[in-house]
Amino acid sequence: MATIAKEPPGTRTRLANLIQNQKFQKNVFVLSALVPMIIFFGVFYIYPVIGGILGSLTNWRAFVPARDFVGLAQYQKLFADPIFLASVKNTFIYTATYLVINTILALSLALAVDASGILRSLFRTIYFLPVVTSVVATALIWNWLYQPRYGLINIILNAFGIPSQPFLRDPSQALISIVFYAVWKQVGYDMVLFMAGLSGISRSFYEAAKVDGANRWQVFRYITLPLLQPTVVFVTITGIIGSLQVFGPVYIMSSLSINDLPGGPLNSTYVISVYQYQVAFKQLELGYGSAMGIVLFIIVLVVTLFQSRFLRRRWEY
Amino acid sequence: MATITNAPGTLATAERSTPRRAAGKRPRVTWDKLLIWIVLGIGAIIMVAPFYWTVITSFKTTAETRALPPTWIPQEWTTENWKAVSGRLDYGGSLLLFFGNSLFVCTIITVFTIFTSALCGYVFAKFNFRGKRILFWTVLSMLMVPASVTLLPLFDMVVSFGWKNNYLALIVPIIFSPFGIFLMRQQMMNIPSELIDAARIDGSTEYGIFFKIILPNAKAAIAALAIFTFAFQWDNFQWPLIVLDRVEQFTVPLGLSLFRGRNSIAVGPVAAASIATILPVLIVYFFAQRRFVEGIALTGMKG
Repeated sequence: MATIAKEPPGTRTRLANLIQNQKFQKNVFVLSALVPMIIFFGVFYIYPVIGGILGSLTNWRAFVPARDFVGLAQYQKLFADPIFLASVKNTFIYTATYLVINTILALSLALAVDASGILRSLFRTIYFLPVVTSVVATALIWNWLYQPRYGLINIILNAFGIPSQPFLRDPSQALISIVFYAVWKQVGYDMVLFMAGLSGISRSFYEAAKVDGANRWQVFRYITLPLLQPTVVFVTITGIIGSLQVFGPVYIMSSLSINDLPGGPLNSTYVISVYQYQVAFKQLELGYGSAMGIVLFIIVLVVTLFQSRFLRRRWEY
Repeated sequence: MATITNAPGTLATAERSTPRRAAGKRPRVTWDKLLIWIVLGIGAIIMVAPFYWTVITSFKTTAETRALPPTWIPQEWTTENWKAVSGRLDYGGSLLLFFGNSLFVCTIITVFTIFTSALCGYVFAKFNFRGKRILFWTVLSMLMVPASVTLLPLFDMVVSFGWKNNYLALIVPIIFSPFGIFLMRQQMMNIPSELIDAARIDGSTEYGIFFKIILPNAKAAIAALAIFTFAFQWDNFQWPLIVLDRVEQFTVPLGLSLFRGRNSIAVGPVAAASIATILPVLIVYFFAQRRFVEGIALTGMKG
């Protein structure tokens, strides 16, 4: 701080007062920011986590104040519930297919758009377009695109001589159809992340590789990909976390009428969060739903840890 | 004193159109560039086709939406579908009302989030106090708190507060954002402490410094956080679905979801409604495109 050297001795206490006063002011300021924050996180983050864990050990029902401790009964019920087991399987299928298709496509698009010269910003704008639109609106649009008779996709397939597909109306195609929608919606976002990663790679690496006579595949494999590793980790981890907890697209596209239960046809598209929603807010079984939420959290945690470790080891130099 | 630590992430270099290969001499269109254009062009058509199809469907008569083979341009243009969704809808509410509701809720959330994030981020970046490190890590760890676990207790809490069917339930539980605080702290570490000290010597109050020096100096980060908070909330579906029952209060995603199942009867109104809710967002996107893309590079995530 500015030490003032030639102050007359009488003002020293006043200066001290001022500093004290400033310190006091600072403390008030800091507390005025942090106290509400601490209360907030306590009430809306920490308390619900504890409430969720404890709730999963009870027969908690919505709007019923009394609850009994039931131990791990809800968890036992979970692992005997065929719909829950199916929804776990569906969640994994959804995540795995989404992750593979989306990551490869986003990276390829980033490389291609980056190399497309004067059309670069045009392509980037177009591929990013679905990202800014709303899930519900575009999912409704895709419901219609997937329509067996009048849907655009079948019309195009027919034009190429391929017979019409039932898509969302067929248990074996419904989930993957939702994945394709999700990729269409989201790929531009990950593409932009990859493009940001690419532009962070120093051009000197490419020049050196050129001097060494590396071909394009070698440049990609030994320079671009390793240097892009942080972006790859980020894209896959956020992709995993997001798609393990997917709700909106599945909720909208898995019931073709507002009166249908979600997860159809024949429970083929139930994912964990949609089933949890159904159990908790339609059947009002909050205890059972909490147990589901905790299982989902454990799955997310385990997969994320496994994935980050795997990716790190794979590409480390 | 002001040692600038934690340089911000590489900011938005994605924006500059880098003539990466332009080190050469001739701006000639090569064969592989042509190939890239063709492939990307086909992909671009796939990205845009759903929108095009929906727009033309919204101007077709019901009979024509079911015509086989389909028409790529309406033979008979009609505004029936648009009229059907412009007024009051059969199940209550109207698109305009949903829009107003969404705008209201998202604006309030965004303003609060910006303010709390900037304030707490500033405190973590520029003040020293006991327990700062632990507190900061605690805030960061809130990022890992899983929605699937907290969803049901939060619902229970909101009901016990009497906030069901009340916008308070949408706003209050998210006015502090761990991610926002983190982002703002990273940005505010770059503001020189001399600037703040000088203002103190000039007799500014702490809040005066925050509003007159700190906020203007963090504009870029604030814009990015604002866009993402707003966009994320605009699209928020699950929580409003749980908390709101009355159609008059519905936000845009909820209102639109009511159109489900009506597409077997007439797809035209669904198409019109979807496009009507997408259009304003697209207009904002085309004007603020750079901000969107820079924001991604800056924040590295959504929401």
